[in-house]
Amino acid sequence: METNGETKSQNAENVLDHFHLFRQPQYLEMFERKKREFEDPTCSDEVERIREWTKTKEYRDKNFAREAITINPAKACQPLGAIFAAVGFEGTLPFVHGSQGCVAYFRSHFSRHFKEPSGCVSSSMTEDAAVFGGLNNMIDGLANSYALYKPKMIAVSTTCMAEVIGDDLNAFIKNAREKGSVPQDFDVPFAHTPSFVGSHITGYDNMMKGILEYFWDGKAKTVPPLVREPNGRINLIIGFDGNVVGNVREVRRILDLMGVDYLIVSDNSDVWDTPADGTFRMYDGGTKLSEISDALHSKATISMQSFCTPKTLPYIEKKGQETIGLHYPIGIAATDRFLQEVSRLSGKPIPESLEKERGRLVDAIADSSAHIHGKRFAVYADPDVALGITGFLLELGAEPAHVLATNADAAWEGKVRELFSSSPFGAGCQVYPGKDLWHLRSLLFTEPVDFMIGNTYAKYLERDTGTPLIRLGFPIFDRHHHHRYPVWGYQGALNVLVWILDKIFDEMDRNTNVPAKSDYSFDIIR
Amino acid sequence: MSELRQIAFYGKGGIGKSTTSQNTLAALAELGQRILIVGCDPKADSTRLILHSKNQDTILHLAAEAGSVEDLEVEDVMKVGYKNIRCVESGGPEPGVGCAGRGVITSINFLEENGAYEGIDYVSYDVLGDVVCGGFAMPIRENKAQEIYIVMSGEMMAMYAANNISKGILKYANSGGVRLGGLVCNERQTDLELELAEALAAKLGTTLIHFVPRDNVVQHAELRRMTVIEYAPKSKQADEYRTLAKKIHENKGNGVIPTPITMDELEDLLMQFGIMKREDESVVGKAAEEAVLCV
Repeated sequence: METNGETKSQNAENVLDHFHLFRQPQYLEMFERKKREFEDPTCSDEVERIREWTKTKEYRDKNFAREAITINPAKACQPLGAIFAAVGFEGTLPFVHGSQGCVAYFRSHFSRHFKEPSGCVSSSMTEDAAVFGGLNNMIDGLANSYALYKPKMIAVSTTCMAEVIGDDLNAFIKNAREKGSVPQDFDVPFAHTPSFVGSHITGYDNMMKGILEYFWDGKAKTVPPLVREPNGRINLIIGFDGNVVGNVREVRRILDLMGVDYLIVSDNSDVWDTPADGTFRMYDGGTKLSEISDALHSKATISMQSFCTPKTLPYIEKKGQETIGLHYPIGIAATDRFLQEVSRLSGKPIPESLEKERGRLVDAIADSSAHIHGKRFAVYADPDVALGITGFLLELGAEPAHVLATNADAAWEGKVRELFSSSPFGAGCQVYPGKDLWHLRSLLFTEPVDFMIGNTYAKYLERDTGTPLIRLGFPIFDRHHHHRYPVWGYQGALNVLVWILDKIFDEMDRNTNVPAKSDYSFDIIR
Repeated sequence: MSELRQIAFYGKGGIGKSTTSQNTLAALAELGQRILIVGCDPKADSTRLILHSKNQDTILHLAAEAGSVEDLEVEDVMKVGYKNIRCVESGGPEPGVGCAGRGVITSINFLEENGAYEGIDYVSYDVLGDVVCGGFAMPIRENKAQEIYIVMSGEMMAMYAANNISKGILKYANSGGVRLGGLVCNERQTDLELELAEALAAKLGTTLIHFVPRDNVVQHAELRRMTVIEYAPKSKQADEYRTLAKKIHENKGNGVIPTPITMDELEDLLMQFGIMKREDESVVGKAAEEAVLCV
């Protein structure tokens, strides 16, 4: 439907994408009219005045005095983490007892980040289930899931709705089993994951503990509890991690190099990176179900992210294992600690090849030190990830000026402060537990930094404040394939170093590219 | 330390659950038992006789003040009263708003996670009225209360409620370990009360564990915010509660899976005792002056 010769409009021969279509005069006119006639617009001077006011110290103080509202929290809810933990087990279908919309959101969240289909079902609770309880939804849901998707295990978590009405998973699953929804000996571990408590890392912890308890303590009283017979193996729990695909493979490479007997408890590196070879894999890889039971007998468990396992790790320790809690090991010191712990526990020396990798990383850091030294960064992420990044920045001689995690507490704050005080570059840096991205916006205006590290949502802060963004964490929706790269270990740290440097040099080029004005510094060599 | 025993008192609102449970627990404390009372009623009056206080600050109230339940410590919410009985109240919203059931779940999770159950012999849950939603069934989920004691009387609605509570227990008994410990009849001086209570107990497959006679001393003690055990330890009524306490203590492991009955069967029961006349539809909906109920 062309209106005139100058205007391009949509037709089948020449399809305009959204970038171009909505810039055509007919759309611009429509948007303008809509604003004028339907939006009761405030005059643009006033909008501009308020925009400027939000950049002031005065506004920042008001913003930080905020009590009754959270704006753009950097966290998701419990079931997301429960699903993350569940899909790391062989043939496991995550089943969320609750409403359908929640589960659609969890699935799209993972699919957008990992660019993979993400299988997860809900018990589709509706208003009648809210009134009468969701038992029938559990009975029918488990039966359908078992019949349709042929899983080896179904891991049940909950949404807010099921939690508010007090549905008891243990009893419901038993009832469903008795009604024949799944065979008597079919594994259905579960965890209550109310979304209004904690965040996705709490859900990860609950599901991980739920699965271990189920296998170790007698499968909900259907078999006798296991008795621990200690062996020399080391368990690793990964935690909620956007770079899980790359990180798990890197950890495997390192531990294989060392010749360590290890077990990754919940490994979702394959299910979120399936090959396109003509075969659809609803499930792929993962920790074998028999290995979950075996994990009880291991000598020790290392949690790669302590704040993702605050209940799981003490539970394992109570069973008689030594437990070690790390914080997302990025960089030299954090990787050293990881390798030293593995070496101590396994009795295997750290091989020369890894020492060389370390040396190469140190060399790379030294090569680029001039460009990173003294640069100020804002960092936000999940608690462990933020600790990992902060530690690495300090190693690089950068200043992590603002470190923020919405789903963090005072214990985390203490850990970050410890890191600050371990380095001269930490002096004057600030930590913000429980704050949101609107707080961070004020910080970026009033105490500007050179760069920001965060997930995709930080792009709004980048646009508002002009702070260049380096993408790291979860979710990353608007850049592809970063999750395939490790950030742990010496090789992983090298990746992070490169991403930071790329952004630094991009910015340098962008600021020096005006011909005959600033291009005296538009150099070929950086 | 002996194994932790967990019991719960349920019953129709106003039946005297809190009074009966506090007196019984006071008597158990006399026997040297270390006790924790968990009040699961938004009214938060399950511990007033033990603490001599009007209303204990509740977990949910304190959590709301502190920001969230994670900001609380057990010491903030636990009070110690008569004979070192530890008391907590879950609390909940004002009538007509929010969700009291969720409050019960939140509170019990908090207590378990923060070690409130360590170093005690008994946990007793005092639960509001009927099992109106999943939240109020929290105390009877697996690994919580092992035995439920239903406080009732010879009044029809109290018996109706006892039957309903049995239905709730039955739901969880098949999948978990919860059992009906027995009925406790709190005398209201209705017709043939003891016989009716015993007959109902038999129908439900359980026993009338004790018949607590009506005695004004309970009222006197209540006005002083005390249990009878403490206010009038030598009274006959105090001995009644001691007997009940002893029976409950010895009833460990004797709980049953209840066999709740239909409304028709319940009415049949009342007829059997002559409280209602068979097929006497003529009295339904008629005032006393028109048709006097046969008594």
